[in-house]
Amino acid sequence: MSSALLQVRDLTVSVGRGERRYVAVRDVGFEVPAGGSLGVVGESGSGKSLTLRALMALLPRGVRAERGVVELAGEALPFTGPGARRARRGRLAMVFQDPLSGLDPVYTVGTQVAEVPRRVLGASAAASRRRAVELLRMVGMPDPEQRAHAFPHQLSGGMRQRVLIAMALASEPKVLLCDEPTTALDVTVQAQVLELLDDLRRRLGVAVVFVSHDLAVVRQVADELAVMYTGRVVETGPATEVLGHPAHPYTLGLLEAVVDLDDTAHAPQAIPGALPDLAHVPSGCPFHPRCRFASDDCALSDPGFRYLGDGDADRGTACKYPERVMAG
Amino acid sequence: MLRYAARRVAAAVLVVFGVTLATFLLMHLEPGDPARAVLGIHATPTAVAALRREWGLSSSLPAQLGHFLSQLVRGDLGQSYIYGVSVSSLIGARIGETAALVAVATAFAVIITVPLSALAASRQNGWADHVVRAVSVVGLALPAFWFGIVLIEVFAVHLHLVPVGGAGSGFGGHLEALVLPGLTASFAMAPILVRSLRVGMLEVMDADFIAVARAKGLGDTRVLFAHVARNALVPTVTLLGLNIAYLIGSTVIVEQVFNLNGLGSLLLSSILNRDFPVVQAITLVLGTAVVFLNLATDLFAARLDPRIRLR
Amino acid sequence: MTTFVEPPGPPPLAEGGRRPRHILLQRARRSPTLIIGAAISLTLVLVAVLAPLISPYSPDHQDLYNILSGFSSKHLFGTDELGRDELSRLIWATRTDLRVGFLAVIFPFCFGSVVGTLAGYRGGWLDTVVMRAVDVLIAFPFYVLVIALIFVVGTGTTGIYVAFAVVDWVVYARAVRSTTLVVRESDYVAAARTGGLPDSRILLRHVLPNTITQAVVYLTNDVVLVIVAVVTLGYLGLGVQPPTPDWGTMISDGQEFLTTYWALSTLPGIAVLVTGLGLSLLGDGLADVLRPQ
Repeated sequence: MSSALLQVRDLTVSVGRGERRYVAVRDVGFEVPAGGSLGVVGESGSGKSLTLRALMALLPRGVRAERGVVELAGEALPFTGPGARRARRGRLAMVFQDPLSGLDPVYTVGTQVAEVPRRVLGASAAASRRRAVELLRMVGMPDPEQRAHAFPHQLSGGMRQRVLIAMALASEPKVLLCDEPTTALDVTVQAQVLELLDDLRRRLGVAVVFVSHDLAVVRQVADELAVMYTGRVVETGPATEVLGHPAHPYTLGLLEAVVDLDDTAHAPQAIPGALPDLAHVPSGCPFHPRCRFASDDCALSDPGFRYLGDGDADRGTACKYPERVMAG
Repeated sequence: MLRYAARRVAAAVLVVFGVTLATFLLMHLEPGDPARAVLGIHATPTAVAALRREWGLSSSLPAQLGHFLSQLVRGDLGQSYIYGVSVSSLIGARIGETAALVAVATAFAVIITVPLSALAASRQNGWADHVVRAVSVVGLALPAFWFGIVLIEVFAVHLHLVPVGGAGSGFGGHLEALVLPGLTASFAMAPILVRSLRVGMLEVMDADFIAVARAKGLGDTRVLFAHVARNALVPTVTLLGLNIAYLIGSTVIVEQVFNLNGLGSLLLSSILNRDFPVVQAITLVLGTAVVFLNLATDLFAARLDPRIRLR
Repeated sequence: MTTFVEPPGPPPLAEGGRRPRHILLQRARRSPTLIIGAAISLTLVLVAVLAPLISPYSPDHQDLYNILSGFSSKHLFGTDELGRDELSRLIWATRTDLRVGFLAVIFPFCFGSVVGTLAGYRGGWLDTVVMRAVDVLIAFPFYVLVIALIFVVGTGTTGIYVAFAVVDWVVYARAVRSTTLVVRESDYVAAARTGGLPDSRILLRHVLPNTITQAVVYLTNDVVLVIVAVVTLGYLGLGVQPPTPDWGTMISDGQEFLTTYWALSTLPGIAVLVTGLGLSLLGDGLADVLRPQ
């Protein structure tokens, strides 16, 4: 466990002030080995995006990280203060969700990518321009010297996403945090971007944390998975394990809700009930009202998070009765 | 960019033509006979008729329009009924003053607007923000001429910091004399601009690409100026263009209050004296100036924001 | 036989949709800007309406033994150069200027909103003609055109009404037209049109309720500008004519006594300021409450 590159423990983020305050991310923890890839799955409102933003110290106004530890190669990174962002240079970088709103409309994409070597790393204007072209080529942009002079609105969605990835890679990070980078794209383009991310991971040795609500997408990129529900991590483990033998009723529910084109016998089934309002999360296990395996005591006490000791050190669940889930 | 500019210039020319036409019609709708006004009530009908013929007022309206346009194309703005000299010379003598006033007022407006908006936006809902917003609400309700009078009273009469009125001598004297008038005129525009820029900056600050910029590792100052301000300026620059018309109009008032010899005060006196050609020419000149200043700001906005060039 | 099936009204919380009235009232009660603005504006309206009752003297009454007196127990704010009580004149000027200001915006508001809606909805040549007219009018510096028009029509309140009628409608037309363009493209209007509803009905039931709120917000801001303009014209001698009391003429009359009897010019200016403040706050408050959250 201590050999992991990125370690997150007990991360808790609250939103709002006074009586309207609620906890959006509670005691979240996970690990990512160097060059590894972790997929974080959950529906909207599960707190996955806020988790990433907290890791980057980019929380919006009114949102605070109450506690938690983020360590990169053993070194703790602060959440607030001017040192927070400087500490992340060359270590963490983030790829945002919406490539159109993520790029400044008044500057060319080349300028925006070059801004990192020029303003952050202190390179000369000419060297920054060369580096920008290099990065654009690396992310698979055709004809990068020409395209560098284009404005964001002149490029397609897929191209813009590549620019975002190039900007993130410009500071040579060890970990790339991706917040739903393919959600705004068409399926075919999605596949290209996912392939690109995988390729970059292998070539540059960069670790990737990939957040998505789409299981199918995450399945393609992630070695490890973390499933989130109402701001908590409810299951972790190698992707194949989690998807093949889920240890939490929510994960099972997600799998059953997906349309499987190869499996015509089983129609998709929605998870009964509705996602609870984060300000009024059910007592005990937050999933119990919708869970078909629940017992009375599931409503009484918080199940916490346990590691299943079957040799896989990262296999964990927040369910009290995972054996019920794994039996089917 | 070039195509966008060409389109805008063509549109501007059309509007100037419209302005010309409207001014002409306006003047000829006016009741009262300028010839009789100049010659006095004891003038004989023949004398009046002769003067009217000399001024071309006896021909039909379309003929007069044609005559006016043909003269205009040659650069001849006609002769003043009252002063008897060419209108162009009258305008030429005074246009400098008005132009200087407009320039100083715009400069003051920018100097006031940008820092105040940046301050208010960066400390949203802090006390600085509330003060700025309060001042801009008050500014909108402020009659410019009254503000000018108060300024004169406080700074010129009591504190003797600047001259009370008149144009001053020499470049330095000139500029000094324009401080209070320029400030007064800028207060007509500043509140609207501050409001617009503040809201613009707040909206931009919440945008995704600002978070991206921060994520890239850029420092707060760079983010604020290169990204937030640059984006937020665009709608405000357009608003500035729209307000230039109001600013130029308010110079009429300001020149009265501060006793300046610009086009504004000439316009006022010419209207009082029914000096057609002068009124027509000044209205035309001011209207054209507005159109081209608007054009300049629109083109500047297009330079700032590449998406505008598509429209 | 075809029957018209009218689509339901705009969804309650979608952009531009009508919100239930009780939600609006709730928001109104929580907005300090709206409350303060409404309080000030209402006070001023009351002063204007009750002027004959609350004014200590008639505004024309000349106390020739007390010309240019300072603050005194007989004349709270002093008297002007003709012996007229300043406080009374201030109260009556409120009546005059508010009345003229409010009346002057009626035509621009109605005409501008109607023209703007039609131009935005119909498009085509109507839109082009209207927009060209707007462009030309906007190119004229405001006061230049107003003053020129006043000279065509004559000074006094008639001149003011005509001048603003010609010049001021353009702001409303432009604002309303932009909103109309947006609303026209919305789903529920498209549904209404394909459903075969006559244009007049669509305009009345679906388009107008949304564009009218924009126009009303503009109205509250415009009234401030119009009142300031009326006062400015009074100062120049082109607006409300004496002996009718008006803040502008009061300021101009008092200007020569600025060093000795500053109240004569200063107080009317402050009155304009307070009026403008109250109406602006009211407008801002309304805009906040009506804005889709």
